[in-house]
Amino acid sequence: MSTNDLPQSAGTVIIGAGIVGSSLAGELAERGRDDILLIDKGPLSDPGGSTGHASNFIFPVDHSKDMTKLTSVSRDIYRDFDTFTNSGGIEVARTEERMEELKRRVVSAKSFGEEAELLTPEEVEELVPYLNTDIIKGGFYSPGAGTCDPLRAGELYRQQAKDKGALSTAANTEVTDLHVEDGDIQAVETDAGTVAADEVIIAAGLWSPKIAEMAGVDIPLSPAVHQMVSVGPIERFEDGEGEINYPVVRDMDTQMYERQHGNDIEVGSYEHRPILWDVDDVPSIEEAPLSPTQPPLTEDAFEQSMEHALEIIPDVLDDPDAGIRHSIDGLLSVTPDGHPLLGPIPEVDGLWSCAAIWIKEAPAIAREVSKWMTKGHPDIDIVAHDHVARFDEYGETREFVKSRGAEGFQKTYGIVHPREQWQSTRPLRTSAFYNRQEDLDAEFFEAGGWERPRWYESNADLVEKYSDEIEGLQRPNEWDSRWWSDIILGEHLHMRDNVGMIGDTGFGIFDIVGDDAMENMQQLCVAEMDVDVGESAYTPVLAPNAGFVSDLTVARIGENHYRVITGGAHAGQDKTWFQNHLEGDVELIGRSSELATLGVWGPNAQELLNELAEEEMSTDTFDFAEMKEVTIGPVRVQAFRISYVGEYGWELYVPMDQGQKLWDTIYEAGQEYDIRPVGTGVYGETGRMEKSYRLMGAELEIDYNPAEAGLTFHGVKDADFVGKEAYVEAIEAENAATLCTLSVTDHAPDGGEPRFMTGGEPILDQDGDVLIDDEGRRSYVTSAGTGPSVGKHLLLSYLPQEYANEGEELQVEYFGQHYPVEVEVVGHGGVFDPEGDRLFRNDY
Amino acid sequence: MEVLTAIKRVPETGAKIVLTEDKRDIDTSSLGFTFSPHEECAVEEGVQLVEANGGNMTALTLGEEDATEQLRSAIAMGADDGLLLPTDGGEWGPKATASAIASAVEAEKTDFDLFLFGNESADTANHQVGVRVAEHLDVPCVTGVKDLDVDGDTAVAKREIPGGAEVYEVDLPAVITVKEGLNEPRYPSMRAKMQARKASVDQVEPEPTDDGLELLELEVPETDDSPADILGESPEAADEVVDVLEELEVL
Repeated sequence: MSTNDLPQSAGTVIIGAGIVGSSLAGELAERGRDDILLIDKGPLSDPGGSTGHASNFIFPVDHSKDMTKLTSVSRDIYRDFDTFTNSGGIEVARTEERMEELKRRVVSAKSFGEEAELLTPEEVEELVPYLNTDIIKGGFYSPGAGTCDPLRAGELYRQQAKDKGALSTAANTEVTDLHVEDGDIQAVETDAGTVAADEVIIAAGLWSPKIAEMAGVDIPLSPAVHQMVSVGPIERFEDGEGEINYPVVRDMDTQMYERQHGNDIEVGSYEHRPILWDVDDVPSIEEAPLSPTQPPLTEDAFEQSMEHALEIIPDVLDDPDAGIRHSIDGLLSVTPDGHPLLGPIPEVDGLWSCAAIWIKEAPAIAREVSKWMTKGHPDIDIVAHDHVARFDEYGETREFVKSRGAEGFQKTYGIVHPREQWQSTRPLRTSAFYNRQEDLDAEFFEAGGWERPRWYESNADLVEKYSDEIEGLQRPNEWDSRWWSDIILGEHLHMRDNVGMIGDTGFGIFDIVGDDAMENMQQLCVAEMDVDVGESAYTPVLAPNAGFVSDLTVARIGENHYRVITGGAHAGQDKTWFQNHLEGDVELIGRSSELATLGVWGPNAQELLNELAEEEMSTDTFDFAEMKEVTIGPVRVQAFRISYVGEYGWELYVPMDQGQKLWDTIYEAGQEYDIRPVGTGVYGETGRMEKSYRLMGAELEIDYNPAEAGLTFHGVKDADFVGKEAYVEAIEAENAATLCTLSVTDHAPDGGEPRFMTGGEPILDQDGDVLIDDEGRRSYVTSAGTGPSVGKHLLLSYLPQEYANEGEELQVEYFGQHYPVEVEVVGHGGVFDPEGDRLFRNDY
Repeated sequence: MEVLTAIKRVPETGAKIVLTEDKRDIDTSSLGFTFSPHEECAVEEGVQLVEANGGNMTALTLGEEDATEQLRSAIAMGADDGLLLPTDGGEWGPKATASAIASAVEAEKTDFDLFLFGNESADTANHQVGVRVAEHLDVPCVTGVKDLDVDGDTAVAKREIPGGAEVYEVDLPAVITVKEGLNEPRYPSMRAKMQARKASVDQVEPEPTDDGLELLELEVPETDDSPADILGESPEAADEVVDVLEELEVL
């Protein structure tokens, strides 16, 4: 029961006063929200959620640029509040494989601007004298790592907002319902009364799904156990001042950490079997002996971790006076892909999610979400990979969340390959082609929940056939070739020589329908949308700052009917963006699960389809980018003359129930041409890289504008659109950086095994220094892929203007080695067929 | 010196206790298990006596198979052996429990010098088992002990009473039931804890006897829901805090 007098209304209600909710209160007040109410069912300053039992250390280096940045900004915020202790941190390796991974982490640190170095066991010992260096191969030292005090930081954030007169708090107040009317959030009901609200943010940590359910929506996370014990008193620590005097140690191969906390050492583990909770089983504050998120340690699960801790730091754990003083199954939040759940909840206007966030990145995420709420977009990209809507239409069931959450838990300190695939709950979304593809021994990758063939083992003969072309492009190194096959190169060459069929590409598809459809589309897209029915455009969608919200294809299939086609992994984000911006007589209708997509591309595509289609399919009847209905065998499809692989041909959109018939019809007739099914290894990598086609979330992101991305070929239309002003400014201004295509000119400069970069590596000048543009942005590989038709391994990277010159010689760092690279293309345009002769079929 | 310490597996509850639907048990679905602070002192005392005098310290419990976990905790604190009298999980009354323990003790090859109990269990608090075991074994018994000295065949046990203390000198073997405050129980080290997980625990099937008691229903007492008044945030709240303290006559 609350003792606070709840206001009758508030502009903004934040549910949850842990580090996330408290940071949000402070950051929103900073950005002008002046009527904020922060509610928590627990007491302040520790309301009993995960913030209260976190081990509070901050390791800044991550293989993701955005996470590294968010952590670094959070560290600055904790430091400004005087709640950060810079202890440094060391990740130790017990195996050679881990040492390689640590090298990769040094490379990521360099890419994203964080200090880091490798240490020998002796150097580790100098920094952490109590560590048993007999069992380690070395370490990764992050001098910028440290520990923070999130409870204190939360207090200071709240105080800051209160000092502005912008915040009131209601502790010990439990939210019992959310009122939604006509898709708008109306009010928050609590056990102390109801508060009308314009906007509501769910920042309730592992209780977030429960709160979301009150509004009839999903926040797909699950509580999961992270075991932690505290051992003390340790004599060695008694003389030190403050909380921590030695670097935090992460024993990566056992998925554990050991960190000094005053006179104790905290030993935490992600090694134990995944123990996932149901949110309804989490006890109330009154029922919980310690706190709701600190249930007692499951002893048998921790047994192996004790052994490993005793191996790595026996000197402190065997201190004769030291005992286990505290042990918990600490509950935290896991999500299906390990990323946070942020942003506007698509189904309810004014309802936001800010959940599943680690202490180390919480303040910065709160800052970015508050920008998103107040000015329409964040400045660090938390949209592409962290949007709460990314599991839209498929990944929100409890079983899915739990199985993926459990799988992801085991990867917490894992060596995760950039192409690594999830294993659990598959297949989940299968297209109409799935059975046929399985028969052809497809190796499936997943995107947006859809099973998509990456390559087909049945095409193994193509490797032999094209052995001359692909010589030197195969990957002898195990890491480089993991989740990859040289069959991809064969499929690629076959498609360029002949014809290939690619499906299903797992697109996110939705229609925008209504009298005001055109005006809305104009407002949201850079390209001209007032086009003839049947015409289409590939267009950026921009935030007000001209950063990328999305790039997608729009076809006008009726006077008041547009079809939007976007990447499957980005469907939920884009739908939410459109949904939240639509005005007037217009509605959004999801089509992703209704339509299967089959691309037929290559020199023989026209001949093959012409034989099958009732209508003529040729350059005479189809302009480039034209979409219209044709009949192929017994099936009616929307044929779209476009391509992401730089070839002449069509994407065929077919009702899901007739997709298999379409596949069979084309596959059988195609035997005459030796048609091959081709995987997304070609579609998403080799084909697009040869053409330097950009990928949302890789090249296209909030940090770079369309001029820098080389996507201003639309010019500036007359109609107004979101981001127009900044877009015009970007076109007129001198680029600070430009997206370039580079090729690796020597894969083994020091001899030995040739290596092939996978993405994320820093670009260096001839002196070995990372390139940094005038805005402080560092150059790194946004995408990497082999171009078999050009015989080169290709990299995309934004380069500072002075380096963005064709023929410029630079270097790329990969696992600690430098490799020479050369700039092939500056800005728009591919290495292969730069004039687009194939795509436009200019030679026919 | 041979010491036997009896402990009882009990749920580790928070402030609010939730009962099962039939109201005959505590809902332990989200609770951990432990043994009471009195018994932690009993284990610590037994371990210290054996450390000082040599011999063996055996931890015993009567309970379901899972109670092995508590025996292991005692072993991690320094007990040498664990002995489980397994039950099917239902609560045994004090009479049946004491009879089972006494029978187990008589069946053991060891001649124990000292039997340590907690003064009362943390859940049912019957205050009976130690006394009844002493009766069965026909040995002296001192309850509520907060200070214990053992010298050869004699023990000097001190218990607090209102306004003073009583000191008893008893011949061993004897039963002593102890209270929290007797000593400061150690936290087991990680290595001890790990070794305890691997220690073998003996089992002796107890003979159930009729207790003549049946638990009908548990009741959770009314809790004081009176709201906390927030007087302000430091340091400006100091004056009001002083007023309240004066009102309560603690100042």
